[in-house]
Amino acid sequence: MTEIERHAYDVVVIGAGGAGLRAAIEARLQGKKTAIISKSLFGKAHTVMAEGGAAAAMGNANPNDNWMVHFRDTMRGGKFMNSWRMAELHAKEAPERIWELEHWGALFDRTKEGKISQRNFGGHEYPRLAHVGDRTGLELIRTTQQKIVALQQEDHAETGDYESRLKVWAETTVTRLLKDGDRICGAFAYVRETGRFVVFEAPAVVLATGGIGKAFKVTSNSWEYTGDGHSLALLAGATLLNMEFVQFHPTGMVWPPSVKGILVTESVRGDRGVLKNSEGKRFMFDYVPEVFKNQYATTEAEGDRWYDDPDNNKRPPELLPRDEVARAINSEVKAGRGSPHGGVFLTVVDRMPGGAAEIVRRLPSMHHQFKELADVDITKEPMEVGPTCHYVMGGVEVDPDTGAAKVPGLFAAGEVSGGMHGSNRLGGNSLSDLLVFGRRAGLGASEYVDGLPERPAVPEAEVEAAVTEALAPFEREDGENPYAVHAELQQTMNDLVGIIRKEGELQQAIEALGKLRERVANVGVTPVAVGDDGRGYHPGWHLSLDLRNMMLVSEAVAKAALERQESRGGHTRDDYPQMSADWRKVNLVCGLAGDPASPHVELKRQPMVPMREDLLALFETDELKKYLTAEELPAEVAAEPAPAEASAEEDSAEENEEGDR
Amino acid sequence: MSYEAKFKVWRGDDGAGELTDYTVEVNEGEVVLDIIHRLQATQAPDLAVRWNCKAGKCGSCSAEINGMPRLMCMTRMSTFTEDETITVTPIRTFPVIRDLVTDVSFNYEKARQIPSFDPGDVKPGEFRMQQEDVERSQEFRKCIECYLCQNVCHVIRDHEENKPEFAGPRFLMRIAELEMHPADQADRREIAAKDHGLGFCNITKCCTEVCPEHIKITDNALIPMKERVVGRKYDPVVWLGTKLGIVRKGQDTPSA
Repeated sequence: MTEIERHAYDVVVIGAGGAGLRAAIEARLQGKKTAIISKSLFGKAHTVMAEGGAAAAMGNANPNDNWMVHFRDTMRGGKFMNSWRMAELHAKEAPERIWELEHWGALFDRTKEGKISQRNFGGHEYPRLAHVGDRTGLELIRTTQQKIVALQQEDHAETGDYESRLKVWAETTVTRLLKDGDRICGAFAYVRETGRFVVFEAPAVVLATGGIGKAFKVTSNSWEYTGDGHSLALLAGATLLNMEFVQFHPTGMVWPPSVKGILVTESVRGDRGVLKNSEGKRFMFDYVPEVFKNQYATTEAEGDRWYDDPDNNKRPPELLPRDEVARAINSEVKAGRGSPHGGVFLTVVDRMPGGAAEIVRRLPSMHHQFKELADVDITKEPMEVGPTCHYVMGGVEVDPDTGAAKVPGLFAAGEVSGGMHGSNRLGGNSLSDLLVFGRRAGLGASEYVDGLPERPAVPEAEVEAAVTEALAPFEREDGENPYAVHAELQQTMNDLVGIIRKEGELQQAIEALGKLRERVANVGVTPVAVGDDGRGYHPGWHLSLDLRNMMLVSEAVAKAALERQESRGGHTRDDYPQMSADWRKVNLVCGLAGDPASPHVELKRQPMVPMREDLLALFETDELKKYLTAEELPAEVAAEPAPAEASAEEDSAEENEEGDR
Repeated sequence: MSYEAKFKVWRGDDGAGELTDYTVEVNEGEVVLDIIHRLQATQAPDLAVRWNCKAGKCGSCSAEINGMPRLMCMTRMSTFTEDETITVTPIRTFPVIRDLVTDVSFNYEKARQIPSFDPGDVKPGEFRMQQEDVERSQEFRKCIECYLCQNVCHVIRDHEENKPEFAGPRFLMRIAELEMHPADQADRREIAAKDHGLGFCNITKCCTEVCPEHIKITDNALIPMKERVVGRKYDPVVWLGTKLGIVRKGQDTPSA
């Protein structure tokens, strides 16, 4: 029998990004013995990639800002698909969470009065993002990391052991949640360094594992984003909400390969950058939709005049909304007019009156990013760009107040949870989401543990099944190379379930995923040559186990995307370009069904909970009519005739700059 | 534009190991980490390497490339000639776990010994600090904890025996960061010298040279910290002021 370590905790937090660390801090502050399980080293989470800032209506830059304005912006950004209760809690509590960080030592940029500075961002009515230059995510991680150290120091002073109440399990990966009957009783994990197995016995588990980007070929996400939490939740019997909503950014770097997927800020296009195809043509002029015909230039000359004289000229079509630009890039590539590496060209060469010096002055971070990471001098060469998978709005269905999932003892916070951002997340709302709901999930888990009459026990059969599953890739002597299967899964998702979707392609994707499922179940690895049992730091084995998770989330995204016959936020259907008020009322909920040895994703339609009246009253009636059906409108306005269905295109024009940058 | 490059990669665990030769495809625009990943995907699926963001922001993929401590994701292949053999070894100051992965727990232990930020009685939301005052510590908070400065510092790189008494540039900088934090109330000057080995540093600036974030560790953190320690101990005006009760003597904060 394989040797297994066992450790008991009150609360186990899976994930050590912003949400996980904040959840763990809260559980420890509530007196719970807490473990943080992290796939990476402590402090390396993907949260460090966030640049823009954390949205919180502190009113430091504009005193008119308050939670109600923030709430409205969030609901608009999410096209009213948000869990309104989460959006409300988020808007109300974000300022406290930011001030708390400062109390733990964070150093945000300042206003002249010495308060926390707040910057403008797409979709936010007032300057609202607390920030530290362009490394706000790093500040958030470092501050929560250091708060955890501070708590460990308190425990050390009291007990002589830094880890007596709060321990970080670095480079440790959870492969299964364990259940005692219908409730959570722990988690099964392997330690990366040695490959040894660990059973965490715990009545409450908080998922804070982030996103799913690694299921796509082009993504801004890091290797950890393999949908672990989404998949662990499904396998434990919990549900996922609205997985079709995935945020793509139209311009990620596609070349060189070392930086594939990394974002290229929209301000490149705002600063005279133009998109060209392989024939050297500024193709965006061919892609101006009918509804925008009057707002965009029809000739290059007019578009070019706009930068200096916006009052008397129309905008160049490079500045169309995000989906339109992405759709156009997609079409050019599919028509064979893409750049050598599957994108299109974005160039500022010879575009600025001040020449190269002006490019460097106006786009310093982009110049630096391409120079340092890619050895591309954007003053001399074009950039190659294409859509990149950035963020998943869908996630574990949770109770807004406590973060509780549908399985007793399971909680979720941050990107892995669903609902908060609706169909589309505003830039800056992610970092504050992590703090607000990380804390709430930590609190929810602690209260759940307090309310338990007795601790659940870990059934041996659960552990044995988890061991067998984890060791399976070593048993398959003729198994397929996991890297090859992963590459194909990513290609399938990228090509068929990407930024622009169609019924036929989605059906094709589901069929392809069905075949890939068998190959995922048949990947094999051989033990490493050194070490005791050949499982120490074995990346091929790790990928083999991660593949199960990416497979499940891919199925969930593809099936939900096929089901939702409308275009809204992070879900664009070429065959259903309109946003539909009837579809807004529908949440698509994924669960697992079928043979437990090889379960498949099953979809269920679930009605959206109607918004509370006092929240509804924060919006103008005309705006509500764009999103809601006549029956949903407040009684006094329902009698008025409703306008025609709002076009998703028209609507998204308002938030040209949403996303992280 | 692709070619076959010659690589020597250190393979083994904490017991034994050797440089293994590989010939591997290199394409235009790639970095060393891409090549390591290609080795994993095609020739050595069990090659251990630590990495995360691939964008120079997380500080996970530290290694020594042709003897230079660097981030693999920030080392472009175009900086080498096509016939050059590229040697990749784990960072030397820390014990090897396997292949290119080292045990950096030393750093997490040192981090725990430094007394944390102390806000005093100020309540959340009530801090008022000027931009120019926060900027000094903000520079140090750019640190991505790649530990290349720890790796290159000869105090511990060449002298294992100094490890217990020396926190290394990263954590001496952390002390400086807290000491220069406008709202911090603790006094870590005494322990900087006594417990964490500030005196070992003889300002050779190796740490500054390898910092991928271009933090001026020596000039902006270590030297000013040395001055503060010395000023507290030997400045005659401070000494006299303390005796006369004009300068309130700081309460030394012990190591945590």
